[in-house]
Amino acid sequence: MTNKELKFVVDTTVNFFKETTGMSAECGIPYTKNGSPVMLEYSGIIGISGLRKGSIYFTSNQNLLQEMARRMLDGEEVGCDEFKDLSGEIANTISGNLRKVFGSDFHISVPVIVEGQARDIKLPKDIDAYIIPITWKENKAFLVVGLE
Amino acid sequence: MVNDQIKIMVVDDSSIIRKIIERGVTDKNYQLVGTASNGLEAIDIFKQTLPDIVTLDITMPEMNGLVVLEHLLAIKADVQVIVISALSDKGTAIEAIKKGAKSFIPKPFTTEQVQKTIEKLAVKVVS
Repeated sequence: MTNKELKFVVDTTVNFFKETTGMSAECGIPYTKNGSPVMLEYSGIIGISGLRKGSIYFTSNQNLLQEMARRMLDGEEVGCDEFKDLSGEIANTISGNLRKVFGSDFHISVPVIVEGQARDIKLPKDIDAYIIPITWKENKAFLVVGLE
Repeated sequence: MVNDQIKIMVVDDSSIIRKIIERGVTDKNYQLVGTASNGLEAIDIFKQTLPDIVTLDITMPEMNGLVVLEHLLAIKADVQVIVISALSDKGTAIEAIKKGAKSFIPKPFTTEQVQKTIEKLAVKVVS
């Protein structure tokens, strides 16, 4: 990814939290990684096809999803199904918004949700995945972008 | 009167997004007649309920929302469809409008955006 593309991903992530919850997230300095992926309690994974191929996923703990859902649904309490749903929707929305920088031949799949660690998921060895640390209301999360 | 209510249907594979949109259709002039979480289910429920206004996601299991849109218009040509999608680029919005959507709201969105858009389209339904 170019610096311009990476900046757009970070800006899109910050904007997502601001628009959906009224509170901005802080993104740390992105770093690259391959091999074993970073995965927290819930992960929403989007497959990318078209000119760019790979995957994008958002991973976080339950506390972040619970607090986000409360804000999005005016205090309504939600459970495990909604945590999975929200992790997929976050990954879906951020990935979909990236068409603005990657172009119309940037196709996103429906989300696949993973609960906990997934032993059979590996980051591609031949490309460096960008890991973007996210902090929202003292909760940690990561957006992982692995594109050819 | 119930018969004067504008019938609304919400289609999105995310239950949280459906709930947020449903909060925008609580006005007494509106009646939520159905919700669907994928394209095939959407067409099925649409045939049964024939809503006046539909909010429609694009990236969904079973069938892409833009294909669903063509089916809905074939069933009821004057249905007012609002496409609400994470694919927020201009090209996708133009494609949705060309295929017959009456409005396009990019995700992330607010309940107020949905409410205002429904209000505008409701005027067309009653006129």
